[in-house]
Amino acid sequence: MPVVSMTVNGKPASADVEARTLLVQFIREQLGLTGTHVGCDTSQCGACVVHVDGRAVKSCTMLAAQAEGAEVLTIEGLAKNGELHPVQAAFREHHGLQCGFCTPGMIMTAIDMIRRNPGLDEETVREELEGNICRCTGYHNIVKAILAASQEMR
Amino acid sequence: MSDAASGEGIGQPVRRKEDYRFITGNGHYTDDINRPRQTFAYFLRSPHAHARIKSIDTSAAEAAPGVVAVFTGKHVANDGIGGLICGWTVTSKDGTPMKVGPHPILALDTVRYVGDHVAMVVAETLADARAAAELIEVDYEALPATVSLSSCQDGKAPQVHAEAPRNTCFEWELGNKAETEAAFAKADRVVKLDLKNNRLIPNAMEPRAAIGEFDKGTGIYTLHTTSQNPHVARLVLSAFVGVAPEHKLRVIAPDVGGGFGSKIFIYAEETACVWAAAKVGRPIKWTADRSEAFLSDAHGRDHLSHAELALDKDGRFLGLRVKTIANLGAYLSTFSAAVPTYLYGTLLSGQYDLPAIHVEVDGVYTHTAPVDAYRGAGRPEATYLIERIVETAARETGIDPAEIRRRNYVKTFPHQTPVIMNYDAGDYAASLDAALDAIDYKGFPARKAEAARRGMLRGIGFSSYIEACGLAPSAAVGSLGAGVGLWESAEVRVNPTGNIEVLTGSHSHGQGHETTFAQLVASRLGVPLANVEIVHGDTDKVQFGMGTYGSRSGAVGMSAIAKALDKIEAKAKKIAAHLMEAAVEDIVFENGVFTVQGTDKSLAWAELSLAAYTAHGFPSADIEPGLKEGAFYDPTNFTFPAGCHICEVEIDPDTGIVKIAKFVAVDDFGTVINPMIVEGQVHGGIAQGIGQALLEHGVYDADSGQLVTGSYMDYCMPRADDLPSFTLGFTKTECPSNPLGMKGCGEAGAIASPPAVINAVTDALGIREIEMPATPARIWEAAQAATSRAAAE
Repeated sequence: MPVVSMTVNGKPASADVEARTLLVQFIREQLGLTGTHVGCDTSQCGACVVHVDGRAVKSCTMLAAQAEGAEVLTIEGLAKNGELHPVQAAFREHHGLQCGFCTPGMIMTAIDMIRRNPGLDEETVREELEGNICRCTGYHNIVKAILAASQEMR
Repeated sequence: MSDAASGEGIGQPVRRKEDYRFITGNGHYTDDINRPRQTFAYFLRSPHAHARIKSIDTSAAEAAPGVVAVFTGKHVANDGIGGLICGWTVTSKDGTPMKVGPHPILALDTVRYVGDHVAMVVAETLADARAAAELIEVDYEALPATVSLSSCQDGKAPQVHAEAPRNTCFEWELGNKAETEAAFAKADRVVKLDLKNNRLIPNAMEPRAAIGEFDKGTGIYTLHTTSQNPHVARLVLSAFVGVAPEHKLRVIAPDVGGGFGSKIFIYAEETACVWAAAKVGRPIKWTADRSEAFLSDAHGRDHLSHAELALDKDGRFLGLRVKTIANLGAYLSTFSAAVPTYLYGTLLSGQYDLPAIHVEVDGVYTHTAPVDAYRGAGRPEATYLIERIVETAARETGIDPAEIRRRNYVKTFPHQTPVIMNYDAGDYAASLDAALDAIDYKGFPARKAEAARRGMLRGIGFSSYIEACGLAPSAAVGSLGAGVGLWESAEVRVNPTGNIEVLTGSHSHGQGHETTFAQLVASRLGVPLANVEIVHGDTDKVQFGMGTYGSRSGAVGMSAIAKALDKIEAKAKKIAAHLMEAAVEDIVFENGVFTVQGTDKSLAWAELSLAAYTAHGFPSADIEPGLKEGAFYDPTNFTFPAGCHICEVEIDPDTGIVKIAKFVAVDDFGTVINPMIVEGQVHGGIAQGIGQALLEHGVYDADSGQLVTGSYMDYCMPRADDLPSFTLGFTKTECPSNPLGMKGCGEAGAIASPPAVINAVTDALGIREIEMPATPARIWEAAQAATSRAAAE
């Protein structure tokens, strides 16, 4: 079995895994970082979004081996010294989550979206959320939270 | 300072206590939990909608790498394990009980839907289990399947269960047939409508999962599962399925990622995991992938109805008659028989003073996944029927749709409908008026004209809904066939340091109980919100509870807490009176401080809590040490949330694409504990209702019975860009039937919104009917037909 090594949330991570191991399996099962979720088997729901070298990626669409040497950031690595990332804080402030299952993927997607789109508007946020499904919130407060965070982070 | 002043009390939009763990990735959903020496289960499922199992050969699978055990229906049956049950018995109009086919955990000799459970492989890894399942040889004799609702009772359709001739589980009726016929006989006008309520697949974002464990030393089984009601799961698994005695079975429903009804039910997979854990002597974990969820989660809705509304010359409703065929799928699920009967027929009076109603419902079996409660459960089907036929009546009489509703609203309370329900409070005109203002109804003709100039078709649609929530008075549901009572329990434990644990039989899977329940406790006891912990979802901690569904956790669950708090306050006052050497009647408790009326003597909450446990010098005959009280609360009536939703759409006739231009929801939920959370519940419900109206449809191939919409590639879940931001408003009449005046808010959006959307779409297109989901293809065809009709005229 190949040894896969990468940096996850700033710390080196390395494991012997089967070649077919997906990045999300590596994160959840090898590293025990269970904040990244699996909500579908067709790469549609976005519950598994993490950052690989700064870009939002569905970690179910990528082999762990493809992340060899990469910098991976998961939901667990966002808050720094106990201080929430502005997008995390905005989701709480604007009630952008209910059951919480899609939330890690939503937050990781939102951070990348805000980085790529200075001056986000509602229409863009809704289009950009195409790859993230939420069944609880009707997206109303997720959109509100992302717009508020994008203002905050300007 | 009172907690209300500090922004934590009842009515305050307190930010949720549970959020921190979810936004930092520290939630504990079932699949996040791993147990020492854990194995993994994979279920081999039927590829046929209907087949006889001639033989199953598991020998190659048993010899495959990593395999611990392979189980089939025979193993389960040989162990004396029973099948899954339906906890509600419906009686047909001829007095016979519903006809129930057996529902084994693993199929014995017949499979009855695609996805039915055939065998369970337990292995060291999921990959091993999955690979070994491929090696199981099942010799099927494929049989023709019954899929179509309209022909399943014709006598020629293949039988799903020998016990149920013509695939008919029950033929139920409600209301007064003779009075209804008399009403139609004197009517000036009769409006008729045929309606389909499309099959939906719930799709909570967390797939179902289970971990079964057995402790050989104590004989105790533990089941972690994605449940909305862990105590009911334990009761069914022990008393009916016979997996383990109730006191030797612990069920834990940890963080659960959404339910919407689909996680109420007791399914084959978790049952098999906990049973087989003792067989293999190791924990067994199973997590559904999304494809399995599509196949095997209980689906929702799926009705075929014919409705007729009788009106007098002034547009007043005289009577309603309804015939519905309701799909139950291949097996009865935990509550499925109740959904198209007592949760549907009883709501057919809507918000209207309708003197005569008669409804007939045939519950039928088909070779499809079981159908059970999905957000709203029966009430969306009733609301869709009424609000579509009322809108059609408005168009056919030429009376404005707002006016025809207003003219027929129930205006005095209590109001006894002809279909069991007794509406206790409401002001339907108030929510209609607020919704008309919010949507600017007067400005609609100008907006329609402006849209027409851009080549767009604009339409508006109404929905005045009512639901029966706060499920439910135990005596009432018992008389209607329920096998359980629908009370709720609570226990308030005050610790010596004054902080508080509240144990509740409700279960939170997104509703925010850890916050709203704590708001009630904090405000009643005058302690900070941070000092209150809500404990739920573990049968070892909470004695018993009925769980969360039917918008019951506020009206019933919190009422139980309120009742326990009354007892806490009474005992605390007794202790305070003893400590301050005063009469109990003179003790005043306010903002967390006990005072003796007319003196400067006082005792803070924390002082009293400590004293309750030190118990120094208590007169032991009068005051027991400690401060802990429990309560069971049984509601005296259903609650009746109601309101008015109005949808405005714009349709591009060239593409059939619908844009929701504005969606207004005005709801009367009675007392609101946390408006932020309540609004969130409404948003989510509306999105699911819009999904039903425009996007979602669970489709089986009519011949083969294969599920055509078995993934997110085929089943259209609402995405963010399918929806607008919503405009919400509230009106308030307090519910007189519970101590907090609450009605419930969890299902309103999904109940109210589908007819509002379809009424708007048909208004925009100038057509009478369109089927849900009104997809661009269906709308484009309707728009083209309307254009050619107009050209021909």
